[in-house]
Amino acid sequence: MFYREAGQFKTTYAADMAIFPIRQDRYGLAVILFMAFVVIPALGNQFLLNTMMVPFLILSLGAMGLNILTGYTGLLSLGSGAFMGVGAYACYKLDTYFPQVNILVWIVAAGFVSAAVGVVFGLPSLRIKGFYLAVATLAAQFFLDWCFARIPWLVNDNISGAIEVPTRTLFGLPVTGPTATPATRYLVVLSIVAVMTWIASNIVRGRIGRMWMAVRDMDIAAELIGIRLLRAKLLAFAVSSFYIGVAGALMVFLWLGAAEAEAFNINQSFQLLFMIIIGGLGSIVGAFFGATVLHLLPIALRALPSTLGVSIEAARIEQLTFMITGILIIVFLIAEPHGLARLWATAKQKLRVWPFPY
Amino acid sequence: MDIPHAVFVDPFAQMIAAPDLLAQTIWEGFVGGALYSLIALGFVLIYKASGVFNFAQGIMMVFAALTLVGLHEKGVPAFVALALTVGVMYALAVGIERFVLRPLVNQPDIILLMATFGVTYVLIGFGELSFGGDPKSMITQELYLPSGSINLDVLGGRVQLQKLDIVAAAIAILMVAGLALFFQKTRIGRALRAVADDHQAALSVGISLNQIWVIVWFTAGVVALATGIFWGARSDVSFALQVVALKALPVLILGGLTSVPGAIVGGLIIGVGEKLGEFYWGPLIGGGIESWLAYLIALAFLLFRPQGLFGERIIERI
Repeated sequence: MFYREAGQFKTTYAADMAIFPIRQDRYGLAVILFMAFVVIPALGNQFLLNTMMVPFLILSLGAMGLNILTGYTGLLSLGSGAFMGVGAYACYKLDTYFPQVNILVWIVAAGFVSAAVGVVFGLPSLRIKGFYLAVATLAAQFFLDWCFARIPWLVNDNISGAIEVPTRTLFGLPVTGPTATPATRYLVVLSIVAVMTWIASNIVRGRIGRMWMAVRDMDIAAELIGIRLLRAKLLAFAVSSFYIGVAGALMVFLWLGAAEAEAFNINQSFQLLFMIIIGGLGSIVGAFFGATVLHLLPIALRALPSTLGVSIEAARIEQLTFMITGILIIVFLIAEPHGLARLWATAKQKLRVWPFPY
Repeated sequence: MDIPHAVFVDPFAQMIAAPDLLAQTIWEGFVGGALYSLIALGFVLIYKASGVFNFAQGIMMVFAALTLVGLHEKGVPAFVALALTVGVMYALAVGIERFVLRPLVNQPDIILLMATFGVTYVLIGFGELSFGGDPKSMITQELYLPSGSINLDVLGGRVQLQKLDIVAAAIAILMVAGLALFFQKTRIGRALRAVADDHQAALSVGISLNQIWVIVWFTAGVVALATGIFWGARSDVSFALQVVALKALPVLILGGLTSVPGAIVGGLIIGVGEKLGEFYWGPLIGGGIESWLAYLIALAFLLFRPQGLFGERIIERI
């Protein structure tokens, strides 16, 4: 009824190729951005911002990065947690060496460091495929994990062995460290994530994205039509690691404030992988759906018993959360193996033709 | 000059100087490797028969061990608990087949992999809910597993063999041999191989896929139980054990995803390789390299044989 593009004529090629060719989508996006940039920071309390929104955005960014590699290029990776770590440690080292430079510069630079490491570990992908590659990326995960834990230089020889984030300011406001307000952090993270989402959605629908998808669908065929596999796969590793590295830097600097090597272990990699599979492989919006299910849903589940007035031990709740999450994963997969993004697309299509589906 | 010397000369000089220490290290690697092989075997069984990369194998191992110990703690005699645990693994196999595999038949590999992650979560939650999350010790004595050690005089020195390790290695070898026979000689084994070869062709000659899957998952569950008992006896029974299962992945990859002998050979290479590496080269870079050395060994092999040592040749056609 309301979601219909009848009468919206495109008169230029550019208009036809816009990210959101349908007017209602543009309005919808504007509403979402308005909510995210104005309403949430104005109304949100510390819990909403610090525990829910900031991690949600950061994890979405990481999942988006992994989706570029796994969803768009078809290279299964279990090393994303370690690449988040590379970003975090790189950002920390750069920032403590050159504290006068703007922190945003170092967050981006950390992404590039992570991209370089990603390219190195991406080299085997030319020969190794499928599950075999997944295990090869585990080599990266465990090796880098070991480096984080064993090389004191990475944490500037801190006795605690952890990154401790110093206070840095942006336009005179502290954005990192203990004095930064949740709202400032949230807005910084949101801006970075919004810009990077916009860039990613343009990369994947352009020449590069199509190249990646051709490699995903069948790499030999892609090679035959003139795609250089080396460049395509390494580029995917680089861009993906860049995103994941930035997410890692944000995670430590704007969310946790301090982090040990533990934060980047294999479970982090799995979490990102779950997100993209639940959210939808090969979809930008899927990363956000996945982060919603795997980050916000457990929070909701944990809060549920106390809101209902049922008292259950904390440990019990944790275990039940695990079980319910597992069951939900299976249920989601059975209901829609292509992820929530496909469900979303189906729903939109249904809405377009409603109430006359034929 | 110093670094090449420390890497290429020193360790070998040490090996020659103290052959008993070398023998001890290799033995430990061998036992570890045999147990890795057992976990890898569980993966291979399921991968061959249903094409599912069963990530839950590690958690099945912990879950089986936990059920056994947990039941015993509740006062069930050890061998009754063992039988009950086998029953639980059967119920698990039926449940997984009915509620996970059947609805997801014909889906891409990665979706099935993801489903086994879901199973992992459920098992972690359920296991902790039923038996508590604290580490427990394995009931070795009640199961009449030997403890203590034998000292052998070899090569002018002394090698210490834990009796438990000997039993573990023996049982690992027996299980592998038994499974190989089962696969080659029995009717069900032949049906399993047919399913592994081609699902549809197997269906068309009247093999019940569902039944085969239950059998395979049950077999993998029993293998998991055996593995769980021995790993549990070496350390505690807790969910931290599932990290060990991740170690089985390089073993699997090294041997080839579809090969039972590959799982064995891969396990031994990884087990011995990582112990030697840790013992002789580890101190050079600060130790603890066991955590990633296995993956690096597997990666090095993969670069030369992308399908693993014994895997079926990957033929790509347009």
